[in-house]
Amino acid sequence: MAAPGVPGVDPAARARELTEAAVGGDRRSLARLLTAVENRTAVAEAALRTLYPMAGRAHLVGITGPPGAGKSTLVAALIAELRARGRSVGVVAVDPSSPITGGALLGDRVRMQAYASDRDVFIRSMAARGHAGGLASTSAAAAAVLDACGFDLVFLETVGTGQSEVEVAAAADTTVVLEAPEMGDEVQAIKAGLLEVADIVVVNKGDRPGAQRTASQLRAMLVAVARVGRAERGHHGAARAAERGHHGAALAADPPPAAEVTVPPPPANDRPRPKQPEVLVTTATTGEGIGELLASLDRHRATGQAGGATSTARLARAEAQVWAILADRTRAELDTADRRARTEAILRAVADHELDPFTAVDRLLASLRG
Amino acid sequence: MIRARPYNRRMTDRPLKVLIAKPGLDGHDRGAKVLARGLRDEGFEVVYTGLRQTPEMVATAALQEDVDVVGLSILSGAHMTLVPRVTRLLREAGLDDVLVVVGGIIPDDDADELRAAGVAGIFGPGTTIAEVAEFLRTSARPRA
Repeated sequence: MAAPGVPGVDPAARARELTEAAVGGDRRSLARLLTAVENRTAVAEAALRTLYPMAGRAHLVGITGPPGAGKSTLVAALIAELRARGRSVGVVAVDPSSPITGGALLGDRVRMQAYASDRDVFIRSMAARGHAGGLASTSAAAAAVLDACGFDLVFLETVGTGQSEVEVAAAADTTVVLEAPEMGDEVQAIKAGLLEVADIVVVNKGDRPGAQRTASQLRAMLVAVARVGRAERGHHGAARAAERGHHGAALAADPPPAAEVTVPPPPANDRPRPKQPEVLVTTATTGEGIGELLASLDRHRATGQAGGATSTARLARAEAQVWAILADRTRAELDTADRRARTEAILRAVADHELDPFTAVDRLLASLRG
Repeated sequence: MIRARPYNRRMTDRPLKVLIAKPGLDGHDRGAKVLARGLRDEGFEVVYTGLRQTPEMVATAALQEDVDVVGLSILSGAHMTLVPRVTRLLREAGLDDVLVVVGGIIPDDDADELRAAGVAGIFGPGTTIAEVAEFLRTSARPRA
């Protein structure tokens, strides 16, 4: 079997071969496809053109939280629960790459090894390869491949995250944020960060002291935040209605005074609403609370689908994918033989502070149009 | 184009992906852990699967992760049973192009038989991580 990317092998033909086999259930071809996706080869691009329209059926579930909160153990417990119900599971588990050597230690499988002979469980570790959002730049594409190959549920497990690696929310239909008991007080909770993107908050290690207390603190805080959000929206809505009435009358008579021509607040309905996540307590090592978590995941999925319209998460995912490819393509276009010298000269001028970065981009865009 | 960050170049080199597994029942995983970390520092992507792996678990992990190298750490003396079983399962799964290396306490007398079973390298006590890394870089064929 010839390797993809080797000169003389037609990427489109190789992609067709791998895609057909992978969709037909050949796990080796699936693994090979995922490698191509990770390495962003021409084979991967050709394969994704075919596979993307076949994806969209799986429930994509993001699992994120600080290092050591129990993400991998929770995924392992969820796999057990899902398999007991006959549902197939794919996992994309991301660990960080060394910024110095580019190497990575991928250890998430340690907790998920019980399914070696179960062909309806497919686990793939990925190195973040310098991507900073908590996932690898190719994780969403890898999830789409697993989706297209028919897995009912696909987990995207992030690297251990801090307060701002919220990218997973765009990559998943449902985002689960894990907290460990006694990790910070209510101020951490109102700072939001990760919590803000959570559809479900899980306090894991429920057998530790303080788990229930952490959960009720989070619940109280999340309810308070949501209530304030609702009250403010109501206020702005009413204010705008009054304003509109006033303007309507004023416009008929004379132009509004200059002082009133300020940027209006966005219409009440367009303001993003804080999510109101459920807060659950689990003990992943014993399976305690895992059934409830799965029920909550299914409920969230059903709510998302019941809307009928394209969900916000899916639109965000489409945006993230398209803009990333657009950025890649733009860079490639600026690096073609006829443009490279000019592009490099502009970059060097910015480095030497002879040119500001905005003017640099104006010129680069102009060179693309020209 | 200009690449300012030095590690970018290395990342586009597609790091070799190595599975480090401990089949069998001995609980001495210090060596495997040190090697896993050491190979990471040498620029490899290392999948570490931990203790008490069955040969089936090793083969499944190698297949799903699409690794270039499988490294088995065995200190129990059960290598003549475990290693040929792993290499047979890898072959049956179509992974005959994966490089298999073994580390641990392996008597010289067993080396030939292990090589015949498909083992490319055997590393005993005293081997440095740099030596292992060099062997893997020269022997494994990275796949796209």
